[in-house]
Formats: sequence, C-alpha cells, structure tokens
Amino acid sequence: MSKRKVLQGNIIAAKAAVAAGCNFFAGYPITPSSEVAQYMSKELPRLGFPFIQMEDEIASLGACIGASLAGRKVLTATSGPGYSLMQEHLGMAEMAEIPLVIINVQRGGPSTGLPTKPAQADMMQARWGSHGDYPAIAVYPAFADEIYSETIRAFNLAEKYWCPVTILMDEIIAKAHEDIEIPDTKDISIYSQKDNVVKDLNIYDREIGEKPPRVDFFKGYPIHVDSLEHDAHGWPTIEPNTVHKMQTLRMQKVYHYLDDIIAFNEYNMDDAEIMIFSFGISARSSLAAVQLAREQGLKVGLFQALTIWPFPKKQLQDRFKRIKKVLTVEMNMGQMMNEVERVSTDDVEKRALLRANGIAFTPQEVLNAVKEFYK
Amino acid sequence: MRDYERYIRYRTFPSPWCPGCGDGIVLKAIAMSFSELKIEPDDIVVVSGIGCSGRMPTYFNTNTLHVTHGRALTFATGIKLARPEKTVVVISGDGDALAIGGNHLIHAARRNIGIKMILINNGIYGMTGGQCSPLTPQGFITETTPYGNIEPKFMASELLIACKASFVARETVNRMKPLRDVIKKSFQHKGFSVVEVISNCHINLGRRNKMKDPLTMCRWIAGRTVTQAQYDKLAPEERDHKYPVGILKEDTERLEYSELYHKHIIPGAKEAAQKAGGHNE
Ligand SMILES: Cc1ncc(C[n+]2csc(CCOP(=O)(O)OP(=O)(O)O)c2C)c(N)n1
Ligand code: SF4
Ligand SMILES: [Mg+2]
Repeated sequence: MSKRKVLQGNIIAAKAAVAAGCNFFAGYPITPSSEVAQYMSKELPRLGFPFIQMEDEIASLGACIGASLAGRKVLTATSGPGYSLMQEHLGMAEMAEIPLVIINVQRGGPSTGLPTKPAQADMMQARWGSHGDYPAIAVYPAFADEIYSETIRAFNLAEKYWCPVTILMDEIIAKAHEDIEIPDTKDISIYSQKDNVVKDLNIYDREIGEKPPRVDFFKGYPIHVDSLEHDAHGWPTIEPNTVHKMQTLRMQKVYHYLDDIIAFNEYNMDDAEIMIFSFGISARSSLAAVQLAREQGLKVGLFQALTIWPFPKKQLQDRFKRIKKVLTVEMNMGQMMNEVERVSTDDVEKRALLRANGIAFTPQEVLNAVKEFYK
Repeated sequence: MRDYERYIRYRTFPSPWCPGCGDGIVLKAIAMSFSELKIEPDDIVVVSGIGCSGRMPTYFNTNTLHVTHGRALTFATGIKLARPEKTVVVISGDGDALAIGGNHLIHAARRNIGIKMILINNGIYGMTGGQCSPLTPQGFITETTPYGNIEPKFMASELLIACKASFVARETVNRMKPLRDVIKKSFQHKGFSVVEVISNCHINLGRRNKMKDPLTMCRWIAGRTVTQAQYDKLAPEERDHKYPVGILKEDTERLEYSELYHKHIIPGAKEAAQKAGGHNE
C-alpha cells in the first residue's frame, strides 16, 4: 500500500535509494546534503548493511567503487565542494565501468561559495567535471514525487548501463518538507543485471553499442580492473586500436540508448509560441509562470528536462521545428543556455533568465521575462 | 610448478620493473605467503594505486584492482566492508601512501579495518622518474631537489603506530626469509596491518646518489638496518639514519572494524528500530 507523508527532500531521496536496493553508503557530511548520510547511517545497519563516514569525498567515492565491485548497490551524497573532490573517482568509475549513484545537492559556488543557498551551477561539472572523454548521465528532479522516482531511475540506469549516475538536486527541494505519496515497493520496478553476468576473464569483451554485463569480484575467476586504459581483459594497454575501441565502447553504451535514458516533462506545449526550457526548482517557478501566462492568454509552454545529461538534443530540435522562441530559466550564469544555443539553429530566437545570487526565481519574474519576449 | 606460482599471473608478464628492482622480491614474498596460508586466489583481492610498486597487482592471479594515485586504501575499505570474509591486500609506494594518500592511511589505521597493507618504501618517486618523496633522506639529490633535499623524511611505521594501527612491521628486500615470515604473519592478523618494506630504487634514487647498481644500494640499506633493541640504544641524531626491523607492534585484542560493526552497530540499530516500532523517519 502506498503511504502519504510529509518528508524532507533529502529523506525522500534516501528512502527511494533503499527501495531501489541500495545496500552500501560511504560519504562525508556537507550542507545541504547531510540528511541523506544521516538517514543512511540509521537505516542501513537496521537492514544489516554497511554505512561508513569516510575522511573526505575522494575516499567516499573510492569506498563506493570498491563496494560496488564487491557486489553492492552503492550511494553517496554531497554538494558542490565535495562533488569537485569526487571528480577524480567519477572518472575512475567511468573508465572501469562501475555502477554507482551520487546525489549532488547543489549550493552556490564557486569554491565554498554559498553553503546554505540554492544554485543550479554544477551543470557542466556533471558533464565534464573529470578529465578525459566519457558519457555522463545526470538526472534532475523538480518535485517531491520526482525526487523519489528519479532516484529509482538513477539506480536503474546505473545498473543497466553499468556506470555512475549523478542526481542533481536543488538546495530548496532537498531541504523543504513536502507532501508525498510513497509508492508501495511492489509498484516500483527495479532493473537487475543478475542474469547478465560476465562469465570469464574477458570482462570488457563486447561489441560497440552492446550493454555491458555485470562485473564483480569473487565470482570464481579472478579478474583485473584498472583505472588505466585497458583491453578486453581489463589489462593495461596503449595499443591505439584497442584504446580507440574501448573509448568508443564506453561512449556508445550510452549514446546507443538515448531514447531509454532521456526523460522530460512537457506542459502546455501543444500550441505554445514560446517554450521555456528549465529544470529543478526553476522549472517549478516556470510552471507556475506558464499557468499565470495562460490565464492572460499567452501561449507559453514548458519543457522540463529530467535527464540533463545526455542533453535532450533531438527532443529540443523537434520542438524548434515549430516553436521559434525559447527562454532558458536557470540559477546560474548561463550553463544550459549555451547547450540550447548549441542545438538550435539561427532562426530560433533565444533568451535566458539567469541569476546565481542564492535567490530562486519567483513565478512573477519568469512571467515578466515571458511577457518581455512576447513584445 | 611450485605452489606459490598459482598466485602469479604469468600471462601479463613482462613486468615494467628495472632489472634488480626490489619490487620483484616483494611480489614473490607475497605470493609465497598466500601459498603457505593456502588462501584461494579468488578469495583475495589485491589493490594498489599508481607507482612502480602500484603495478604489482597486475601480476597476481587473484582479483586485482589498480586505482588512482594514493587512494588504494579507500577502495579496499569499501571492498572489506562489503565482503569482510575476503582477504584484502593493498600495495603502496612511499609517495602513494604518505604524500598524496597520507590522509587515507591515517584513517584506515585508526579504524583498524582488516586491510593488509604492504608499503614499499624506496624513498623516491620511482615511476615518474625520480622526484623527491616525503621519505627521501635529507641531503639526497633527486630530479626535483637538484641542490639536495632540505626536507626531513619521517618514519612511516612509527607514524602508523601513533595512528593506532594494530599490526606494524618493517623489513627490507635484503632479508627474504624474515620478510616472508612477517608478511605471512600480517596476513593472519585480523585488524589493519602494515609491513613497511625498505626497497632499492637504484635507477631513480641510487643513480643520482653514487649507488647506481642494485648491489651498492642494497648494501646501503643493509648498513641502515638495525634491530629494535639496537635502535633504542642509539642517540636521537643517529636514529635518523637507521631503520629498526621486525614486528614493531602487534595488538590482537582490538576488534577489527567490520567485526565491531557487526557486533555493535547492526544489533544496536535493529534494537532501536524495534523500540521505535519499525519506523525510522
Ligand atoms: C593525481 C596524480 N598525481 C600525480 C601522479 C603522477 N605519479 C604517478 S606515480 C607517482 C609517484 C610514485 O611514487 P611512489 O608512490 O613512491 O611509488 P614508486 O614508483 O616509487 O614505487 C606520481 C607522482 C598521478 N598518477 N596521479
Ligand atoms: S624506477 Fe626504481 S622502483 Fe621503479 S622499477 Fe626501476 S628500480 Fe624499481
Ligand atoms: Mg617510491
């Protein structure tokens, strides 16, 4: 039976993680994400699972990768400064193909920034934060029920594509207590790779575009996993053809499945003349603005991205065939605005409502920007 | 085939090590210890960071994990917590363990998590071509101390004792039998153990300091090797040039981290949950 509750956003995410089968957490406290770690420190031992507070975020993600290789479903939670430290091991998880989920409750930056104020400014870090090429996956809930469903989806994506997934959250929805209907566990679908396990030492032996199988230690045939570029056995190599194949394998395991990975919501888009592109807390203000605009007879719609990376390029390009005005609303100095620019042609008029001072947009402010655009 | 060769992954040879490098001796001592203790290869995972010493796991026919520079202990911590019954070994260089990875080392030792660490101390960054390490002796010439090293080194094992590691030993690559014995003993220890192995990097440390062949360097190491009793009698300024060997600390009473977690945390959490009527909000 589903249960109606009033819960804090961080706790909703933690509960969803447990429902998704998370059975290991390693982390380092940081505002505004600490409630996730605190909840896990209480809940995981109750279920007989390990929780550990590590000495920093580099160590936290290291421990998560180790536990993941030892067969656990792992989670860590952090905020901007910790996410910066995690980039080293996020790259390692991409390179060695390790499933794990990171919650990044963003705060104002750069550096220690605005610890208690919201921001949406780690967008590019979630895409390009570590060195080298890799296909990042990041999801971005906006509403309480989406925190729950996107957390489940993040675990499923990590399991399916055998890679790290970031959940980006806003300080506001992570800290707010909201009304939510927690679904019954039997209504949650959990993707499992348990029948698709690697059967020998050739842990990376697959065709381009093929989904990777499960790889674990202690399965009867001792394997090697490396942060160095490697061949099908996982053994270090610098042989150019092999390196090229491995790079392509890692990219294409995600880019072959964009339709499965990319999720979004649309509101009032059918007849829209202006499209708002937004996500997270800014999408909530934007949705309220769309409703106000409609009351005034303005044909405005909202495209709310749930999957931020890979970027919903094809989906936006489809919309741009008809809609020639797009307003990006985000709490940063223009990070996703540049992406919208990148995927659109010159005949699409682009504007952006940007701010990174720790104050979220009000619906009225979004409405004003829309009206300005209408002129 | 000798039994310890079961633990060696010959298919990945040749190794990248220079002829005469101490790392090969440590590899063999570890494999022999696995063999003497009859641990199943698949029940072992060997983890390392980056360095010449860090390349060692590739050559063990066990589960092996080669990670980022300095961070092997963090990955090993995750593995050990996830599967406490497995043998988790970490191999680390002096730069890996005590420069970039110093913080992780302190905390792994403090927690007494059941990781078996082999710390290969050659007093230099071997892999990257011979730059100064925190354990390079004062006055030595390296690629980044061309006028002589002005920073003092410190004693890794003694630091670890201060950090509450429950098993600490030091040996050298010159002393194969005691090295094997002490590695084997450390593998039988339940809590966090470390064996610091004083090793030779004649190529990147010796060569710039009038010890360009392995023999000269190993003789230099032999000249600095003392027992703990001999060490205790030395004046402080003489101690700086000596390495006491043997088991420096062994505490078998203290519970290993996972044991403690299973004995204290899990039952405590379950009891608290029961009292709260199964809720945790
Ligand atoms: C983050 C990072 N910084 C620097 C390096 C370059 N690096 C590789 S190995 C190494 C030092 C190795 O020295 P040590 O740990 O003593 O191992 P040895 O080669 O002597 O066995 C350095 C600085 C790296 N790989 N990663
Ligand atoms: S550089 Fe030094 S440590 Fe590295 S393999 Fe050669 S001798 Fe050994
Ligand atoms: Mg060294």
